[in-house]
Amino acid sequence: MCITEDSEMNENNTANTAPAAEPKKKKSFHVMTVVVYILLSLWGILVLFPFYWMLLTSVKDYGAYSSEYVPQFFTLSPTADNYAEAFSAVPLGQYFLNTLIFTIITTAMMLLVTIPAAFAFSRLEFRGKNLVFTLFLALMMIPNELVIITNFQTITDLGMRNTFSGLILPSVTSVFFIYLLKENFEQIPDELYKAAKVDGTSDLRYLTKVMIPICKPTIITIIILKVIECWNSYVWPRLITDDKAYFLVSNGIQEIRENGFGRENIPAMMAAVVLISVPLIVLFVIFRKKIMEGVSRGGTKG
Amino acid sequence: MKKNSFKAWLYLLPALIFLGVFMLYPLIDVLIYSVEEGYNSASQTSFGIGSYNFSYVLHDPYFMQALQNTFLLVIITVPLSTGLALLISLGLTSIKKLRNLFQTIYFLPYVTNTLAVGLVFMILFKKTAYSDGLVNALISIFGGQSVDFIDGPYWAKMFVLCLYTIWIVLPFKILILTSALASVNEMYYKAARVDGTSKFRTFTRITLPMISPMIFYLVITGFIGAFKAYSDSVALFGTDLNAAGMNTIVGYIYDMLYGDSGGYPSYASAAAIILFVIVLTITVINLMISRKNVHY
Repeated sequence: MCITEDSEMNENNTANTAPAAEPKKKKSFHVMTVVVYILLSLWGILVLFPFYWMLLTSVKDYGAYSSEYVPQFFTLSPTADNYAEAFSAVPLGQYFLNTLIFTIITTAMMLLVTIPAAFAFSRLEFRGKNLVFTLFLALMMIPNELVIITNFQTITDLGMRNTFSGLILPSVTSVFFIYLLKENFEQIPDELYKAAKVDGTSDLRYLTKVMIPICKPTIITIIILKVIECWNSYVWPRLITDDKAYFLVSNGIQEIRENGFGRENIPAMMAAVVLISVPLIVLFVIFRKKIMEGVSRGGTKG
Repeated sequence: MKKNSFKAWLYLLPALIFLGVFMLYPLIDVLIYSVEEGYNSASQTSFGIGSYNFSYVLHDPYFMQALQNTFLLVIITVPLSTGLALLISLGLTSIKKLRNLFQTIYFLPYVTNTLAVGLVFMILFKKTAYSDGLVNALISIFGGQSVDFIDGPYWAKMFVLCLYTIWIVLPFKILILTSALASVNEMYYKAARVDGTSKFRTFTRITLPMISPMIFYLVITGFIGAFKAYSDSVALFGTDLNAAGMNTIVGYIYDMLYGDSGGYPSYASAAAIILFVIVLTITVINLMISRKNVHY
């Protein structure tokens, strides 16, 4: 209490003395703030505009859209026809279902692989632990492009093209998530583990009843990052599927662009784009804090 | 102890199997592929060992085109996006009202599907028979000549690709830089204010050195990411990137592997290794520069 009062006092002091010492600066400071707000809003508009445009185009009537030589910034007669078209003219529902299955199974398997490995590295003692862990860290630096060639051959040789196993299996592991979770597990005090051992709790029980609940925030973070990754994955699914029945949304949208709807039905295309974008945006709105925190800890893109 | 050790390996087993099959083995295999000359994926035979694959790739005009596109993309987007992210983050840090709203909006491109939003960019920039598209309409209003940014001249296509790449990568950079700026100890600024230091000097002498590790982190990851560009280009120009002249190194690798021009894992491997060597070299150079200039 005392400390906060003190710092407040300090702030008040500086706030009081600063304008007194240089009264002229105050005005230019305000101008600067206004400029900053204008520039930030400008960038905000640039970010939001593509979203607005896809929403707008998706509710424009096809005929009306085609007759606009200069695109209009709004429409007076919005229609939902394009959304119906998106589901009936191309198998968009199928793409959604595939992506959902792919995302859920991949994420679940990722957890089943990551949690035990992180547990072994953080709590258990075994010979060669440091060597294996160093090897894991070294693997983090290997770019996907280098290993995807053989994976493509492996999956093809195993006859797993156009199957969910072929899509999922190579996408399961992420060394980085193991590393992230291991760091988090290690923050749990050793005493807790020893106490549990004295009580005769098994390792597995300790892991599921103590460690996982404590580290839930980190686990949720990696789940969210994995879900985003799965929802947007394009390269591997493109290589491994050429049967539309196994397309994910990214491949679906590409397919729609090249062959769907007749190339010129852009409103229907935009309806599909909106539908594909919505799930992640909803996820983002709900878990905004968690996602941004998780990404700053471990995400990269671009 | 021994029993414990066995149990530990049991916990590790799933991870080891997955990493072994899908990372470690492919890593060795790609090296083998790259030196096997005349490999045939149908009969799984090759003529012998040599460096022919590398020389083929390096003499392939498509690869040279991809190399040029990728380097241009890297040189343009990495400095621009990092600088822009720094400006935006400084702006964000200097305001209080609406900061959260702006931060949320700026982050949106991160959670969007690259392929899907790329289509929107394509429509905004494309010129078709029946419509000039929005961007060209705007250019016309300001008295400029309309250009097809998707099927037109090289510089126009490069411009859209760079713009879209920057749009996509900025959220991550802004996020990292705003949290770096927020973590600079307030005491330094107070001390500077007491000393009457100018704002510019405060920025160059306090802010910049304090966040320099994060800037370099972004530059390094930015270089790596830009060198691996691919899906942004597909989103804008379609899957046949060679025909559009907008292929990237990664795109070249995948085209060699699969698709109409595919079936050449050896060439793909050689190209992948060339890419890896380029990225590694650039990263090492970056790290050497950062060791000299970054204040930890």
